[in-house]
Formats: sequence, structure tokens, C-alpha cells
Amino acid sequence: MFDFVFDAAQFGEFLATGLRLSMPLIFAAMGGLLCERAGVFNIALEGQLLLGAFGAALGAHLTGMAGGGVAVALVFGAASGLGLALLGVTLRVNQIVVGIAVILFAIGFTSFMSRVAFEGGGNSLRLDGFRPIDIPILSDIPVIGPVLFAQDLLFYLMLAVVAAIQIVLFRTGLGLSIRAVGESPATADAAGVPVFTLRYGVIVAGSMIASLGGAYIVLSQVFLFSDNMSAGKGFIGLAAIVLGRWNPVLALLACLLFGLFDAFQLRLQFQSPDMPFQVFAALPYVISIMALVGLIGRAQPPAAVGRPYDREMR
Amino acid sequence: MRLVFLFKGVWAVLAALVVGAFLVVLAGADPLAAYGALFSGAFFDYYGLASTLVRMSPLLLAGLAVIVPLRAGLFNIGGEGQIYIGALAGTVAALYLPEALPAALRLPLIVLSGALGGALWALIPALLKAYRGINEIITSLLLSYVAIYLVGAVIHVWLMEPGAPYPYSREVPYDVLLPVFLPRTEAHAGILIALTCAVVLGIVLRRTTLGQSITVVGHNPAAASYAGINVKRLILTSFAIGGAMAGLAGTFEVIGLKYRLFDHFSPGYGLQGIIVAFLASLSPLLAIVAAFFLAGLQAGAGAMQRAVGVDTTMVEALQGLIVLFVAVGLAFRYRPGRTAGKPPAGAPAAAVPETAAKSAEG
Repeated sequence: MFDFVFDAAQFGEFLATGLRLSMPLIFAAMGGLLCERAGVFNIALEGQLLLGAFGAALGAHLTGMAGGGVAVALVFGAASGLGLALLGVTLRVNQIVVGIAVILFAIGFTSFMSRVAFEGGGNSLRLDGFRPIDIPILSDIPVIGPVLFAQDLLFYLMLAVVAAIQIVLFRTGLGLSIRAVGESPATADAAGVPVFTLRYGVIVAGSMIASLGGAYIVLSQVFLFSDNMSAGKGFIGLAAIVLGRWNPVLALLACLLFGLFDAFQLRLQFQSPDMPFQVFAALPYVISIMALVGLIGRAQPPAAVGRPYDREMR
Repeated sequence: MRLVFLFKGVWAVLAALVVGAFLVVLAGADPLAAYGALFSGAFFDYYGLASTLVRMSPLLLAGLAVIVPLRAGLFNIGGEGQIYIGALAGTVAALYLPEALPAALRLPLIVLSGALGGALWALIPALLKAYRGINEIITSLLLSYVAIYLVGAVIHVWLMEPGAPYPYSREVPYDVLLPVFLPRTEAHAGILIALTCAVVLGIVLRRTTLGQSITVVGHNPAAASYAGINVKRLILTSFAIGGAMAGLAGTFEVIGLKYRLFDHFSPGYGLQGIIVAFLASLSPLLAIVAAFFLAGLQAGAGAMQRAVGVDTTMVEALQGLIVLFVAVGLAFRYRPGRTAGKPPAGAPAAAVPETAAKSAEG
């Protein structure tokens, strides 16, 4: 069962698969983490993955370029973020209700629009996605080389996003303001931090990042669109945020853990044709729940998460 | 003035229909013709109406599965999984209860075991919430995927009809099928039980100590605990009731409609239950109306596709728009004598309890 670990080629393949499977989770977790740090619970990640996936398929289909797909995915992500912010921040509707509404809207909207936009439905697409870029010399390193240095553009973009969020949140004045808004918006407001503007910006940025996760599924993994293809990944991303204690690098590691586990259960599926595949396919979801259960100590989210800020309320 | 706010769901539906009309135009058809075919197919045709009622049963029960926990401030978005486990428990009971027992005894046992299956599955996120403070939204949803795979695996290794082209169980015995109450249709007695459940829950939530306790916990768990309410037990109770409703929905799909347990049998009734709950402003009685309407949309979708060639998934987009507009509607509360600021204490029953926001934690 574990002998592949000792074979360099097989182990490298396993790591690469795990990394690919964790990519949508990472984008979702980063987008959600950013929002939660500013005190907004973005439960809509699942829907934003789906909107990103549909946007990517639409853009790539219309322009014939993977870049076009990413652009449209980002537009869809930004639009869903604006909607979330308008309802959850300005109109102060319960953020969870708004998030669930966005998810349900995304499911229905993308199912229908994929049939309108693509002849024969999204399943029949063969999109031009991203191709891996081999970085000279580095990609020749055994095991790690092909895993880390022969990935496509979105992988390097993911690294940049994680690094940027980590640096902005903990090394800049802007990050301090974001975290202050997430802990105590009234105090931040009194100190002159523009609470509403900041939350708007963070939600839109976070939603765009999450939509990249959907774009990755379409443009780097399957090259087509199918109904409800996000398959709970947004919620696994939410679990990764908790597991990573609202820290970008730790959340990234949590996503990698989930991704590697997913790759592992895929191996088990192929190795045990006698067992029903469902036994293994359910494991990633079970593991995400177990990770939350097994979490040692209490995970403390930003204090103001989920509470709309109202200047006239104390 | 108050009436304008009372029927917020109606406004949400109207707004969704208007935006949906643009989607129909986008698909290259005439919106009026499409809606005409949709609604006449759903409500003004004997067989269409029966098919609406058939879909109403799981939608209403799935809606109740969301409403009861949400009254206590908890989001059960895992109704889909509870439907599957309920269906599994019901099917196993139907297939394996000794046939020597009279059907009049086996049928209630099957229905009960289905409800129990759903309730037990719903208790997992409830226990994790009550004793470990783990976010029930994440766990209940992830458990749905586990449940769907679990049911698939059990059908595969245990219940599968020999030689079946794709995974489905053996047929349940004829004597425990639910009777049909509209002749020559599929409208089964499960619909009547679902209606009864809605009425009973409406009374329980409004008129009993349990219902009042749930509402108090939903509005202020700290105060509820101070008043001597066992909050943990109430979390478990509300989830168990919700899960039981979803379990019934699954069981009725088997013994009322399909007579077998199919892999992937539910077209997302669990999530659609959330739409029912929101549209009904968390009232079990209004949920009857909301479920009837949404069921009609789904039942009429085929007629619409045949008449004007718009894909049936148009109805899914319409449902998504409805729930979005319900969320928009929550921003506009009825506040006599107020123009802005915080809602008056004890106000909107339509809105989600205050504590719902707090369940974001952990």
C-alpha cells in the first residue's frame, strides 16, 4: 500500500497529483481567509469556485485562450464579491444567508448558462487550457523538480497569492487595518480606518482569488465544464482555514494535506478494484471533518467574523 | 403597509421571474410562452398537478429539515445526506423485516426507521457543534457527500439487484408501498404525511415549551442558558427533528415513488430545502406554499422545454434567483416609525435569528 513512497518516479507522480488536487482548495481557502480576517464570513466559496469554473470555460471558449478564461473567471468572482459585500456589509443581511444564497444561485445559474452558452452542454467542451512550463535546470531535479518546477502558470500565481496575503496581512499597515477591522470594527472605525471600504475591497479581492480555484479546475485539470463540478471543495477550503488557524501559510499546508490525501485515496481506488470505489471517494470528506474534530485546542477565529458592522449599534 | 412586507417571498418570486425572463430571451425563446407552458404544465393539468405534488413531498420535508434547526440559530445544509441515509434505513427495513409480520405493522416500522436514519445522520454535526464547537455548516454539508458515497457503496455490495445495468437495490415488497391517492398518477400518501408534519411542526414551534425554547435559543443562547434551558440538548433535538424530516423524504422516495433505492436518486432536494425554508421565512406552514410552488416549477420544466425548447435547468436558475432575492428582501425590514438603525427588539420573525451569525465561529 505504501511501497510507492520508495519509488522516486511513483512518489514524484503522487506528490504532483496531490499538489494538483489541492490547488482549488488553496485558492478557495486564501479567498475565504482574507474575508474572514476582515470580519466577513465568506461561506459562498463553493459558489465562487463554480462561478470561476464556468467563467473560465466561457472565456476560454469565446476567446480560444486560457488567459481569456482566467479574465472572465475573475470578472465573475468580482461580481459575486460585490453582491456579497452589498448585501452583507451595506445592507447587513446575515452573511451566512447571503453566502448560501450565492451558492444556490451559482449552482442554478451555471447549470442553465452552460447549456445556453455551449452547444451540447459544458460536458462536450475540449478547451485549450494551460500547459505546464518547465523551468530550465530546476525541473530536472529528481522527484521535486517535476513536482514544483514543471507546473503551469496558475501554480506560480497561487504561490504569489499566498505570499502576498501573508506579507500584506502581517507586514503592512494595510494588513494591520484589515485585521483590526476583523477583530473590532468599532475600534478600527474610531481610529480612522475606513471599515466599509476595506471590507468591500477585501471581499471582492477574496472572491476573485476563490474564483481562480474554479478556473484551475477547468483550465488545468479537466478542460470542460460540468454541473456542480466544485463538489464540496469550497467547504473543504473552509475547513482548511480553521485547521490553518486563519494563517495563510498554515492554511496552505492544510490544503496540501487534504490534496495529498485525495491523491492517496485515488491510488487506493486503482489498487483495489474489488472494493466499491465509493469507500475511497468518501475519504477526503471524512478526513476534512476528522481534521476539524481532531484539532487540538480551540481554534479562535477573528472576533468580528460574521457580524455586520453598524455604526449606530454597540 | 405591513402587508407589503409580510409577503416578501412573493416579491422575491416576482423579481426572479422578471430576471428569469431575460435568461429565457438569452436562450432564444419567448418568456411569456415559456412561463405559460411552465405554469400550465405544473398547475393546470391533472397529471402535471400530480407530478407537482410528488415533488412537493421531498421539498417540503427537506425545507422542514432546514427550518427547525434554523429556528434555533443553526444551519443544517446537509439535508441531502440525511435524505440518503433515511432512504437507506427505510429500504433496509423494507427489504429485511420478516414478511411474516403484517404489512400494517411493517409499514410504520419502515417509515420510523427512515426517520431515525436521517435523525442519526443529522446528530453527527449537532454533536460536533454542541460538544466541540465545530461549525455545523461545514460538517453537515461535507457529510452529505459521505452519505451519498456510503449509500452507493452499500447498494453495490449488499442491496444491488442481481444483473442490474447500474446500481439500484432490489424492489421493496409490494405490500409496504405507500398507497396512491390520485387515481392514475404517482401522487402517493407520503405527500399527506409531509403536510401533516408541516402542520404539526407549525404548532409545536408556536405553541409548545419545546418550540418556545428553540426560539429563545435561536435569539439569545446565553440568555436561554441563564433561563435554565439546556442549550446543548436543544441543539441535538432541533437537528434530530430536522434530520428525521429529511429521512422521511428519502424513505418516501423509495416506498412511495421508485420502489427501489437508486444510486444518486435525489436531484438535490436537500439544498433545495434551503430555498423552501428561506422563501417561507422559516414558517412550517408557509413552507407548504413555498414547496408547492417550487415543486410546480420543477414539474412544469419539462412542459416548458417541450413547448419552447428552453432547457429544464432554466428552473434551477430561477430557484437560484429566488433565493438571491429572498436574501435581498431581508435587507428591507418592516420597522414602523423607524427610518434607519437597528431593528427593534423581538422584530423580524422573517430574519434569521441573531445567533446564526455566531455559528460562523469555530
